Amino acid sequence: MSLRSPLSKVKGLGSAKEGTGHWWMQRVTALALVVLGFWFIISLVAIGDFGYQHTVAWLARPLNAVLLSSFVMTLLYHSKLGVQIVIEDYVSASAWKVGSLLFSVFVHLLLAVTGVFSILRISVGGLS
Amino acid sequence: MTNDNRPLSPFHHYKPQLTSLLSFAHRLSGIALSFSAVGLVYWLMLLADGPVALDRLAILATIPGRIVLAIVSLAFFYHLNNGVRHLFWDLGMGFEISRTYLSGWLVLIVTVLMWAVFWIAISGLPGGQV
Repeated sequence: MSLRSPLSKVKGLGSAKEGTGHWWMQRVTALALVVLGFWFIISLVAIGDFGYQHTVAWLARPLNAVLLSSFVMTLLYHSKLGVQIVIEDYVSASAWKVGSLLFSVFVHLLLAVTGVFSILRISVGGLS
Repeated sequence: MTNDNRPLSPFHHYKPQLTSLLSFAHRLSGIALSFSAVGLVYWLMLLADGPVALDRLAILATIPGRIVLAIVSLAFFYHLNNGVRHLFWDLGMGFEISRTYLSGWLVLIVTVLMWAVFWIAISGLPGGQV
């Protein structure tokens, strides 16, 4: 006899109540990053001259701003998932584990916001 | 009763193999890229701050700066290619031992090629030509 409710069996979310969400999102972001990553590398080659005026002019173009924002957000989401796994694997002491996981989440969120804000400031903030 | 000092995976007892080394390199390059994301965002922040702020990236044009960028780009291409290898595994493809070694060598060769082509193709670097 199992003490698990029929509902929990049907939902199949496991003991962490998250199911395969983490695993799946790591793959979804990975797939997006294959495309965005190649776009980013080709863009770096296309920019060529990384002087201020030239780079800002490139970044201000709508398609570049949209794709770079997508790249930064997806990259940091993927990074958050990966760093979480590494911390869970190697940090065993509970306080350090929870603390470093929280720190990682906050840093990743802050970086994503800073990145997107900077791109917006350049592209729609009249900097170019 | 809790024991915080339990033995971990005895990886140092195993003979190093291409498959295990590449697996370790995937995680290591992933961590390196996570730290590099700070640099990417910092670059964008300096760009948003104006031309004077961007001068702070002139350090990237020095030899140590170039070495860091070379390592970061190598980690990027490796993680990208080996990530594609992982996605094929997730589709259930290439699990035979011989295939994992074949795809492993393929990842290494393609990574070095992409890395070399990238550095030949790129003419300037952030802060290099301000």
